Amino acid sequence: MSLRTFSTGGIHPKSNKLTASGAIEPARLPSQAVFPLSQHIGAPAVPCVSKGDRVRVGTQIAKADGPMSASVHSSVSGTVSKIDSIVDASGLRRPAVFIDVEGDEWEPSIDRSDNLVINVTMSNEKIIERIRECGIVGMGGACFPTHVKLCPPQECRIDTLIVNAVECEPYLTADHRLILEYPDQIIVGVRILMKTLGVERAVIGIEENKPDAIELLRTKTQMVSGIEVMPLAMKYPQGGEKQLIEAVTGRRVPPPPALPAHVGCVVQNVGTVFAIYEAVVKNKPLIERVVTVTGEGVSRPCNLKVRMGTPVGQLIEQAGGMPENTAKIVSGGPMMGRPLLGTDVPVVKGTSGILLLSEKTAARKEERNCIRCAKCVSVCPMGLEPYKLATAAELGRWEVARESWVMSCIECGCCQSTCPSHRPLLDWIRLSKKKK
Amino acid sequence: MSPIFTSVLVLGITGLVLGLVLFSVARKFHVEENPKVKQIEELLPGANCGGCGYPGCAGFAQACADSSSMEGLKCTACKDEVMRRIAEITGHEIAESASRVAVVRCSGSCANRPSVNRYDGPRSCAVAALQNGGETGCSYGCLGSGDCVKACSFNAIRMNPETGLPEVDQEKCGGCGACARECPKNIIEIRNRNKADRRIYVSCMNRDRGPVAKAACSVACIGCGKCVSACAFDAITLEDNLAYINPDKCRLCRKCESECPQHSIIAVNFPPRRDESSSPIEQNS
Repeated sequence: MSLRTFSTGGIHPKSNKLTASGAIEPARLPSQAVFPLSQHIGAPAVPCVSKGDRVRVGTQIAKADGPMSASVHSSVSGTVSKIDSIVDASGLRRPAVFIDVEGDEWEPSIDRSDNLVINVTMSNEKIIERIRECGIVGMGGACFPTHVKLCPPQECRIDTLIVNAVECEPYLTADHRLILEYPDQIIVGVRILMKTLGVERAVIGIEENKPDAIELLRTKTQMVSGIEVMPLAMKYPQGGEKQLIEAVTGRRVPPPPALPAHVGCVVQNVGTVFAIYEAVVKNKPLIERVVTVTGEGVSRPCNLKVRMGTPVGQLIEQAGGMPENTAKIVSGGPMMGRPLLGTDVPVVKGTSGILLLSEKTAARKEERNCIRCAKCVSVCPMGLEPYKLATAAELGRWEVARESWVMSCIECGCCQSTCPSHRPLLDWIRLSKKKK
Repeated sequence: MSPIFTSVLVLGITGLVLGLVLFSVARKFHVEENPKVKQIEELLPGANCGGCGYPGCAGFAQACADSSSMEGLKCTACKDEVMRRIAEITGHEIAESASRVAVVRCSGSCANRPSVNRYDGPRSCAVAALQNGGETGCSYGCLGSGDCVKACSFNAIRMNPETGLPEVDQEKCGGCGACARECPKNIIEIRNRNKADRRIYVSCMNRDRGPVAKAACSVACIGCGKCVSACAFDAITLEDNLAYINPDKCRLCRKCESECPQHSIIAVNFPPRRDESSSPIEQNS
């Protein structure tokens, strides 16, 4: 039987999962942790501590500003040394809270035991409220506030919860390891979400290159009704929300402003599901995450459980130090990741991986003219015409780009990576999305 | 009849009939156009820069011809002489309006503002601005890819290869604002020219705290406020660690320029100072 996948476009980059077999290790505590106030889509959080305040692990340090925002919690105990600005993963200098670490004292309200709680009796409203309070955001990279996603528009009837365990980005294995090490917690997390959304069916979509995770989840879900583990054929960008919905259910999400909820689906990343379990059952805010530190030249590539706010330089050190020929430090995977401007950048909620690329791999090749081969068209998973969108942007013809559905672009980068003329298609498309 | 003769006859008659139809339609639906529009349009530069607020030069010419006064109508790219001639055509009085000029508020040249990373994307400031704060430690300054140069219809702005910054040709610039609209960092300000075309401005947009700004660029405004206290006319305001000199209030006394420890205040078109023969920064653009 051939495995399911999405129908339009997609590519098969070399997967390079160097860290798939190593267990998750705890990262060292930093001496100073930095918490950018804008770690999510939406309004930046508003700091609620001031210089000199003592905080514990789990203390809220910034409040969500409005419904489309997420609060930020301290992942360390210590003293707030300043509220200043730092060049964060976006490459811009933005406000952040700096905390000098002293000891490791946790908020007493957080349950630090390993006991697995299977039955959650909390009411749905309370679960959503807890998720909001704990500052949970989508951990696949987009950092969309999770509580917003759990309150779909009134007119939409949700019938399927899809758990995104695809991890189609090359190099990254953080989600893979998380499934292998915390399968029970993830399944409880899925059940919490099913209850909150009122759905009978949940599908864990996972690519076939993780047979051990598929096997493990299958055994664990045998006794649980309604949860299905669905292996999917490998193809990038299967982890994209719309691609995954199509692969799993065969439904296609209409162009924006339609949401996945309009076809009856809610998609949550497996990392988010784990964070939801910890928030709801253990009352633990989003203060830790698994980060893959990898790259060809890295001497000890690994998955680390990192406290938010740890500078990436420290993770690189723990992975055996920065290789000499490193030209780019990428936050995230090689396809959708963003280059970082230095090693002081702190780990934030959306940091799924730190990828070190050598000059040879990172360098852009010389741009040449479009040869009209239409490779970009055939690989675009949204069925767009990237060459046309990019040229329209280059010429400043924003209306042409808009009429050609530029807003549907998911910025997966298939077009740019496949272009034989090395044209910076995605850079231009991003620009025209901004100019709407 | 030979086929040649037939075809000539058929085509000839068809042409004649259609010609008559076209002639009568053109007569019946003739639109009376104001002849002034044509005359005005001939005077305009024809660059369709949009600086006047109308869609292109034709739109502006139409607006001039239709309007009952010349108020609010000004081709930013034209000399005063041209505006006077347009006013003569329309027969309206023209109010003396100040001509304008683009001012680049960034002095972060390659020497003043060292690179800390490398941008390898397409040469476009707009694209570079999406990636990160630029190649230097200052995320407010010029990105150096020359979107302003491409935007200018009058060839009045060019990149200086030595400094990596745009330079405005004051003779050619009419202050239409196309460059300012294109600049993703908003470093270009359109200002009114005064009589001697003198101006003093803070050539910096950095809003970071002093030490951060200073580390990124040796001529960044650090928000120390010395210029604010030096100004006797209340023309300088300090907001978000950045000073701004209000051109309407400024009396061009140049006190602030000598006070600025960072030399980020620049005075243009002034005669050289008598007592200080060497000004810290030579600006003769």
